Order: sequence, then C-alpha cells, then structure tokens
Amino acid sequence: MIQVRQLTKHYGSHKALDELSFSVNRGEVVGFLGPNGAGKSTLMRILSGFSAASSGSVHLAGFDVVTHTREIWKRIGYMPENNPLPADMRVEDYLSFRGKLKGLSSKKLKHRKEVVIQQCGLSDVKQRFIDHLSRGYKQRVGLADALIHEPDLLILDEPTVGLDPEQIRSVRRLIRELGGKHTLMISSHLLSEIEVTCNRILILHQGRILASDHPDNLGRQIQGSSKFIAEISATAEELNASLSQWEEVKEMELENADGPFTRCLLTVDSEADIRERIYQTAVANSWALRELRRVSFSLEDIFIHLTNKDSFRNGKEPKEQ
Amino acid sequence: MRGFLALTQREIGSYFSWFTGYVLLALVTFLFGLSLTSLVHALNHESIHLPLTDLFYQTYFYWLILLVTAPVLTMRAFAGERSTGTYEALMTSPISDLQVVLAKFTGSMAVYTILWMPLPLCMMVLRHYTENSNPIDPGPILTTCLGILLLGGLFISMGCFASSLTRNQIVAAILALAMDTGLFCLGFANRALPVELHWIDRVLASVSIIDHMEDFSRGILDTRYLVFYISLTVFFIFLTLKSVERRRWT
Repeated sequence: MIQVRQLTKHYGSHKALDELSFSVNRGEVVGFLGPNGAGKSTLMRILSGFSAASSGSVHLAGFDVVTHTREIWKRIGYMPENNPLPADMRVEDYLSFRGKLKGLSSKKLKHRKEVVIQQCGLSDVKQRFIDHLSRGYKQRVGLADALIHEPDLLILDEPTVGLDPEQIRSVRRLIRELGGKHTLMISSHLLSEIEVTCNRILILHQGRILASDHPDNLGRQIQGSSKFIAEISATAEELNASLSQWEEVKEMELENADGPFTRCLLTVDSEADIRERIYQTAVANSWALRELRRVSFSLEDIFIHLTNKDSFRNGKEPKEQ
Repeated sequence: MRGFLALTQREIGSYFSWFTGYVLLALVTFLFGLSLTSLVHALNHESIHLPLTDLFYQTYFYWLILLVTAPVLTMRAFAGERSTGTYEALMTSPISDLQVVLAKFTGSMAVYTILWMPLPLCMMVLRHYTENSNPIDPGPILTTCLGILLLGGLFISMGCFASSLTRNQIVAAILALAMDTGLFCLGFANRALPVELHWIDRVLASVSIIDHMEDFSRGILDTRYLVFYISLTVFFIFLTLKSVERRRWT
C-alpha cells in the first residue's frame, strides 16, 4: 500500500526527516510514535501530498505522491494535526462541501453522507454549526470528512489530542472499527493510544525510524530477561538464602514492605517462569505470599530506551503487564 | 469542475455566513449614498456638460470603494485558510492548485460585483427624478461598469497574491492595499513629473488608472486598457498560483 524510500526533508539546515524507509501493507494499522518534533507531522504532510520531500520517494497504491498527487488524493483520507474546521458551516453542509470537493456525484454524496454520519455518530448534531460542537464531536466531523469518499488509506495526525478521557475512548473505538476496513496511519506522541489502536508501531526520533514492530515484539527486543515481583512474609536473610541461590535468578532486589512482608524484585535471565517455584517455596517454608506477578517493559520503557539509551535505568520499576 | 464550483460557492457563502459581507455591503451602500447626495448638490447649483458617470468617478467615495473593497475581500482567501488551518485539508483534496486559485478569485469577484450593485440603483434613482432632462446615457454607464469590473479584477488578483504570501490576514490586507494604492498613485506621479522626461511620462500615462477610469466613465472603450487590465490580472493570478505551489517545491 505504501512504500517510502530514503525520504529526507530539510527545513533550512535542520533535517526533519533523515532517509526514512518503510512500507505498509494493505489493511495494517500503523502507529507513528515519537516525541514532539520527531518529524511525525512532516512525514504525514509528505505522505498526504501536501508538501514535498527534499529527496526520496513515496508510492501510495503504486502512484508516486509527487507526480500523481490527484490520484493519491482520491485514495487517501487525511485528517491534519488539530483537525481545523470552518466554524461557520453546519456539519451536514460541511460534509456536502467536502464531498463535492472530492468529486462525489450528488447521488453518491447523499448516500455517503448518511453512511459517515451514522458511522461517526453525528446524527444528533448534523444540523449544528461546527463552532458550537465539543472537541470530541469536531474530531468526529474530521473523521467523517476523511471517510466521505471511501478512501483506501486513512492518515490521522494526532487524532485524540486535546480530548477528554471519555472523548478519547470514543474516538479510539471509532478508529479501531475503521481498522478492519481501511489501511490506517496514525501519528501520536501518546504511547497508550498507539498501544491500543495499532498492530504495528514505528518509533520515530529526530527524523529516523528507531524501531518498527508489533508492540509485544518491541518489548521482547530490548527485554531479553523477565522480571517478577513477589511479596513474601520472610526476612531478607531467609530470602537471600533460598531464592537468590536459584540458577535462573540473575539479580534480586529486596525492599521492606509493611509488616513482616518483604518485596522482592527478581530478574531472571531466560524466558523461564519462576512463579510456580516461588509459590512452592513459600508453601514449603510456611511463608505467606500476598503478591506474585510477572512484569514486563511497557511501551514507555521501550520508547525511552530507544530514544535515549543513556537515561534508561534497568533498576527502574517497570509497569505492570 | 465540480470541485471548482463547490469551492466558489463556499467562498461566496463564507462572506455572508458571518457579518463580513453584510457589513461591507452596508458600508459601500452608505458611501454610494454620500456620493449621490454630493452629486445632487453639485447638479443643483450649475449646469454641467459632463456625463453623470464622469461626475461620479470624481467623487472621493468612488475611489475609496474601489481601493479598499478588494483588499478586504481577498485578505481571507489564503491567509485566512492558513491561519485557521483549513488550508491543509483544502490543499489535499483532489482539486488542482489552479482550480483553488481560480475559485478564490471568482468568489471574491462575485462578491465584489454584488457590492457594486448599488451604483446602478443610484443611477436609476437619479433618472427617476430627472425624467425630463434625461441625463443618463447607457453607453458611459456600461463602459463605467466594465471599467469597475476590470479594475476590480486586477485589484482582486493582487489581493489574492498578497493573501497567498502570508498567514496573517491583516498583513495580507495591508500588502494588497499598498499594491493597489501604489498603482493608483502612479497616476499622480505622471502629473508631478517635469514634461521633458517624455518617455517616463508616457509609461506613467499608460499605467495611470485614474486616466483609464476617466475614459471609461466618458464611454470610451480603448482596447489598450482591456489588454492592460486583463494581462495584469492573469499575471497576478499566475503569481498567486506559483505562490500556492511553493509548498511543494523541494
């Protein structure tokens, strides 16, 4: 669906994109993740044909973005960053206007308008002025606009920025529903958003792709070890004498929890699961066990690890799986 | 074509969905009213052997309207879209840059034409009250209207160009005003220069829009003027197109 080769973009002496190459298959939901200024919006603008790259090429559905821009525009639905909309139009009028601009015939437009209004949950507000809508509804109007001409590919730049939690949830639900029917590219600086909506993540930093994989695989890439947390009613000496003697355990950190409990953070070399063994040891020694779980690196850890390896601290407590 | 029509329609509609269009229309009508009363005053005092349109064009309000409406109408064209951010969505629709530029121009031109509608109305009012002397000659009125449209086309294309250069509407309006008043003032430069520099004199005379308008208002239709206005308008539309395309220059 998308082939990007050696894409570079300069703004004066600043290199916003640095020889990016990747491809996206039909039906994939790809998330671009990166801190602000990583080049996400620049990339989205070039993919949508709005601006041109300094060098390199982008092919969408076999068409070159530079030479066949209009063919591309018929096939993509693009929602720019902040989703700006004209305040002075009613929702339905705006969708009609955009549909006509995208070359839909009157009959097709009427049908598509009904479909997208239904799909994006705009039935209640279709007669309202866009200016009078909440941000969540505006975002839906933006999505409806991107969808009205049935594009193969949807490019959404920061689709949930500025929304409240409830609105974020509903827009994400909508995006997940779209995922089955369209190829989707979403940019975001929010890890949680990409994690729940995308089946592939491209991590962008200073104009380069640092990683490209499924969220779970990304974790495994840097992990190479598992961590377990257990809270046991035993003294540090007792625990040192038993658990840390196991050959799988590479490292054990102990911390006093409340009462007789000690909190252990165990780092295990291999993929081995030592939870059962911990339980049996506790039973054999008559220790009370009140917490036992495997922890993994969160996307946030991966992100920080990749973007700033120096600041990554192994001892940092990772997020619950 | 569908896209072009939709965008033109939207352009015209956007002037009247807010108060901009109505306020401008009210203001222009008010200025026409002032022109008309000063004219009637002048006619009451002595007999004048000039076409009515000729007198009309000499009133200050007439020039005020000509010079100010185009920048006000066009300042939003591109700068407004840029500042609200709707520019990106517009420019990634399957419609060519030329269509966008032409739709912006046509939309502004249509509203400009609507704004001048009170002028023929004023003429009809005068005609109504002076039935016996019949001071209205259709020829000069038609050429005056043509002159207004030609000049408006040029000013609007200049305004579109100014608007395409910036994302600030005020800057766009000031730039457009500077361009059209600059051209207007060249006509005065012509009169201020010593006579010996006759080639400069001739160049200035040929671009003097005051002189052009004087001829138009007397019913003179000079093809040189047509060529002058149409070619300059096309030139500025071309510049606007290039300015819009610059986002895709590598």
